[in-house]
Amino acid sequence: MKIVVCVSTVPDSTTKIKVGGSGKSIDEAGVTFIINPYDEFAVEEAVQLKEKNTGEVIAVSFGTDRAKEGIKKAFQMGADKGILIKAASDDFDSYTVAKNLAAVIKDLSPDIVLFGKQSIDFDGLVVPKMTAEFLGMPSVNVVTKLELNGTDATIEREIEGGKETLKAKLPLVIGAQKGLNTPRYPNLKSIMASKSKPIEEKAAIDEPVKSSVLEMNLPAAKGQGKVFSDGAANVPELVRLLREEAKVI
Amino acid sequence: MSKSDYKGVDYYNLDDLYADEEKAIRGTVRDFVDHEVIPIIEKYNQEMKFPMHLIPKMGELGLFGPTLPVEYGGMGINNVSYGLIMQELERGDSGVRSFASVMSGLVMYPIYTYGSEEQKKFWLPKLATAEKIGCFGLTEPDFGSNPGGMITKAEKVSDGYLLNGAKMWITNGTIADVAVVWAKLDGKVKGFLVEKGTKGFSAPETKGKLSLRASVTSELVFEDCLIPAENILPKSSGLKSPLSCLTQARYGIAWGVIGMAMHCYHTALEYTKSRIQFGKPLAAFQITQEKLAYMLTEITKAQLLDYRLAQMKDNGTMRPQHVSMAKRNNCELAKTIASMAREMLGANGILDEYPIMRHLNNIESVKTYEGTHEMHTLILGEDVTGFAAFE
Ligand SMILES: Cc1cc2nc3c(=O)[nH]c(=O)nc-3n(C[C@H](O)[C@H](O)[C@H](O)COP(=O)(O)OP(=O)(O)OC[C@H]3O[C@@H](n4cnc5c(N)ncnc54)[C@H](O)[C@@H]3O)c2cc1C
Ligand SMILES: Cc1cc2nc3c(=O)[nH]c(=O)nc-3n(C[C@H](O)[C@H](O)[C@H](O)COP(=O)(O)OP(=O)(O)OC[C@H]3O[C@@H](n4cnc5c(N)ncnc54)[C@H](O)[C@@H]3O)c2cc1C
Repeated sequence: MKIVVCVSTVPDSTTKIKVGGSGKSIDEAGVTFIINPYDEFAVEEAVQLKEKNTGEVIAVSFGTDRAKEGIKKAFQMGADKGILIKAASDDFDSYTVAKNLAAVIKDLSPDIVLFGKQSIDFDGLVVPKMTAEFLGMPSVNVVTKLELNGTDATIEREIEGGKETLKAKLPLVIGAQKGLNTPRYPNLKSIMASKSKPIEEKAAIDEPVKSSVLEMNLPAAKGQGKVFSDGAANVPELVRLLREEAKVI
Repeated sequence: MSKSDYKGVDYYNLDDLYADEEKAIRGTVRDFVDHEVIPIIEKYNQEMKFPMHLIPKMGELGLFGPTLPVEYGGMGINNVSYGLIMQELERGDSGVRSFASVMSGLVMYPIYTYGSEEQKKFWLPKLATAEKIGCFGLTEPDFGSNPGGMITKAEKVSDGYLLNGAKMWITNGTIADVAVVWAKLDGKVKGFLVEKGTKGFSAPETKGKLSLRASVTSELVFEDCLIPAENILPKSSGLKSPLSCLTQARYGIAWGVIGMAMHCYHTALEYTKSRIQFGKPLAAFQITQEKLAYMLTEITKAQLLDYRLAQMKDNGTMRPQHVSMAKRNNCELAKTIASMAREMLGANGILDEYPIMRHLNNIESVKTYEGTHEMHTLILGEDVTGFAAFE
């Protein structure tokens, strides 16, 4: 079975983000970059599929050199090969990413392509779908369960207030949601083995962006909180403010 | 998703010096400790039990004997990685780190170094996966700091060796499948492998400990205990053989206790930033800042000491005395930092809601075993003066 898993590299989720000098991107000083957390579910699923069905897992990433972080983590979790589609700069949009991923994945002719449902840096939620569209493959996102029987897939995905069960045929694109599995702690054996796994670099196709960032701003700082200290006597006032000022009830 | 907010303490950017694989190994053990150790350890500590269910998980991660070659079940990792494993484990608990230290430094190391090829092929892969558990018996009721005086003896008989004597304070004793036991054969110290269930061998657990409670400590008793001739460690000779094992375990302690110190510092820092007294956070008072600055500086110095020690261990220039310096210094600072952190949390510092009291109790054992503070002082003293004060 040929399994492709797409990974991106994002600022650590505990990073305190600052906007950089350009006003269009974040200040990367002191930021640690990690594999996109949702991609860990995708990698885990990919490695489990390999363990059940034999085959190979190829981790693919589009980005600058930094994107190797995500590929390396995929290696440590059990991916076999890596491909970095080398972006000239950080100036790209979801469309460029999907176009590039699709171009490379097409040549690999995989049985299945796994993504994290979204990357936590820009939260676009579109790359898995767009890539599937360019590949001409069916796709299901926000997946919490995947079962394969030959080329038939049964898939569960989260929907508002419940879950939906679908079927589809391989080759197929899946976007992984938390709950799909429990990503493993890479053990020392696979960490040591990951050192000799190759990352192949490919040039990006020259695909103009469809959208670009004008400016980036932090959310407005939280205002001063109000403290009520007279117990039950404050309740009417609290209710009034929640209704009229905060407009939450 | 499996991330915790704990980022360690790295004031001097040592992360820039660590290789990818070293950071990855630390990351894996950090996640393991966050998810598997910290949530449960306080309960085991209070019940004075070792969390046995963690053993196969640690084996699966590859934490036992990881510096040994792959053909014997090791992972071939370097000593920076090994140290970082110990650092993370001891952030969880000294008992958990002790288990790993004993397996790697005190059981697998002597079998690898002094064992026959058959012993190595049989035991090491099983110990690496924790299918078998080991312990190390050197200390005796009457011989602690002075193990050379041991009275446990082995006698050559027609069908093997007859062991008589007793060992005390033996980590993992009761749960071990194999004990590496040091005894005198014709007046000279030799190593023996004593298997669980051997007639004349018992290992009752030591009760009443107020330190290292999440760890099994035992006595080993040998009464005309007959072991097969092939269970002698053929290449061991004299007291320097067990002492070389202690060098391995002390190395792990020198790293481990930094993990404890980091955990205490981290807890005190977070606590004093949020606890308000006299209208402002405790962390805004100069006395608190003086304590935090001291802790951070001592942790950073200890990290640098360990990093250099790891390099020397990897390039073969490390001497046992170098390890003595790091073990002595780092245990002392961990004890001071744990104690300071306890005070900085005020009354909350005595609660089991925080890890500090447990760490503070544990460091008492860690400072004593593998050579007490005083013994390492005397080892360094002898090294620089040429006079052995303890002979
Ligand atoms: C929880 C725990 C687990 C242990 N696990 C193991 C194990 O797995 N295997 C094993 O073999 N041992 C183990 N030990 C034993 C440990 O190594 C000994 O306790 C240690 O070596 C000290 O020996 P002792 O307790 O007999 O103290 P003693 O040697 O009696 O020392 C008591 C005090 O006197 C001081 N002292 C001794 N000699 C001198 C001197 N010449 N000058 C000045 N001061 C001196 C010491 O520094 C110490 O402060 C463990 C101990 C503990 C507490
Ligand atoms: C077992 C136990 C029994 C107790 N029994 C009683 C009792 O019977 N009755 C009772 O009333 N209380 C009792 N106490 C409470 C005890 O008196 C308080 O814990 C103590 O006064 C410290 O207060 P705190 O715990 O809130 O710590 P905090 O006041 O929060 O202090 C935390 C740390 O910050 C330091 N600190 C505080 N302010 C400053 C400052 N301005 N500059 C620098 N450092 C500062 C403190 O020295 C301490 O190290 C008991 C406590 C314990 C542990």
